[in-house]
Amino acid sequence: MAIYLGLALDIFSWLLLVTGGGFVLIGAIGLLRMPDFYTRLHAASIIDTLGAWLILLGLILQSPNWMTALKLIIVVALLLFASPTTSHVLAKAAHKAGLKPLLGKDAHD
Amino acid sequence: MFLVASIALFIAMAMGIARALLGPNVYDRILAMNSVGTKVVLFIALYGFITERPDFVDLALLYALLNTLGTVAVLKFVERAFPTQQYMDGKQ
Amino acid sequence: MTSLWLNAVLLIFLFIISISILRTRKLFSAIMLTSLFSLLCAAVFVGLDAVDVAFTEAAVGAGISTVLMLGALALIGSNAEDRSHTSTHRKAFAMCVSLFTGAVLLYGTIDMPRFGDHRAPAHQHVAPRYINTSPQEIGLPNMVTSVLASYRGYDTMGETLVVFTAGIAVFGLLGNVLKRQREKDVLPDVGEHDGEIVLGIFAKLMVAPIILFALYVQFHGDFGPGGGFQAGVIFAAALVLYALVFSVESLMLAVPLRAIRILMAAGITLYAGTGITTMLLGGQFLDYNLLAHNPVHGQHYGVFIVELGVGISVGAVMLSLFYSFMNYRPQQRRPGK
Repeated sequence: MAIYLGLALDIFSWLLLVTGGGFVLIGAIGLLRMPDFYTRLHAASIIDTLGAWLILLGLILQSPNWMTALKLIIVVALLLFASPTTSHVLAKAAHKAGLKPLLGKDAHD
Repeated sequence: MFLVASIALFIAMAMGIARALLGPNVYDRILAMNSVGTKVVLFIALYGFITERPDFVDLALLYALLNTLGTVAVLKFVERAFPTQQYMDGKQ
Repeated sequence: MTSLWLNAVLLIFLFIISISILRTRKLFSAIMLTSLFSLLCAAVFVGLDAVDVAFTEAAVGAGISTVLMLGALALIGSNAEDRSHTSTHRKAFAMCVSLFTGAVLLYGTIDMPRFGDHRAPAHQHVAPRYINTSPQEIGLPNMVTSVLASYRGYDTMGETLVVFTAGIAVFGLLGNVLKRQREKDVLPDVGEHDGEIVLGIFAKLMVAPIILFALYVQFHGDFGPGGGFQAGVIFAAALVLYALVFSVESLMLAVPLRAIRILMAAGITLYAGTGITTMLLGGQFLDYNLLAHNPVHGQHYGVFIVELGVGISVGAVMLSLFYSFMNYRPQQRRPGK
């Protein structure tokens, strides 16, 4: 029974780590290929946060003692607060400085 | 399994650094540095698990804090130093 | 084998970044590249299995140092460039001197033992004694702290004095901030700055947990990576975050300059005072065995107090540097004022 639990934990964390790595890669591709700053910001911050959460969750399931798991949970909580704030501040600063977003052909602005 | 995630993180870091070197204006570069910083945090946590030394998570926590602090500091500086700039010509 | 690849990749990155730092003319990008350089150095230290050093390098180099250099750049001007016009002869001469010195140093390393060789003198005499006897004599799990605070405690006191001297030197160079602060009567504007509500709430939320983390790093330094230097820097980073989001004046209401000056001196006094206490108790300077009836407990007390002194001093000096940079107004200094 304990072996199955360990195996299930391993498979689950492997899944989380691979998915998280995949999301981080997608976010980086978006960072590189998107045409405009605001779209890049959207891609990078949202997908980075999700990928980071998945990877850290996979690590939490693998941690040897509860102290490491607690520290990783604190890192997750910190990223929960800090990533959206950083992207908000970036967008606000860029907008205040006059950086205009790339609008589509049928936008009236 | 940690190795797969590490390789993904390295490739993503390289792409982020490429954007930091390319990005036409300073906000692109700050965004790229923030993104690379988050990946460094993830890599430090992963490396701690690879080398079986869970002390590294302290380092990851520290760098997550410093990443946000650094981004806020640079943004405040840029706001104070380059108040309005025309970005239409793509020059920094 | 993987560590070889990792080190090679990181060193190549470091080389590329240092070339970029040399070649860029804008000081702002030089500062950001230096911050990236410090981060990669921290990664190299992690690869070399030196976690405490990596911790300190990340905290100081990639964190506080970048903020302080940006503050210094804000004093100079926004579009600061490197406008030095040295002649070609001087540059050629400097290049020759650098190459010659580098060649001599490289020639000197030929005689050195291979990296990690167990027969090297550094691994023969002092290090085995520390590693073998530290668990019995001092009993702290983190051997780096025991070497730093106890075996080489006098050296660490010198380092703290260097940090303190840097703080005093910046005070001396940038003028008397305290007097100028008393001259302005205007009440600073505390509260959200420019309508930045989200960042204001974030900063208010984050200050207390970051200070808590600094205390954790300070006191956990006996068991894991950490210690006084890192804790002081993180403490200063928390307050710097608050001052960046709100104004520096609002931080000076909470943590006044006089308190910072007293704390700067208090930390180093704590350290040296421990030494003098052990001398008064009949032993040598910084001989912690005398602080309690059980020598190992005495070592624990000594390391605890000494690291606290280092943390207080380093945090106060970093914050005073930040105050000095942010409050310096060069155009107000008229002769006869």
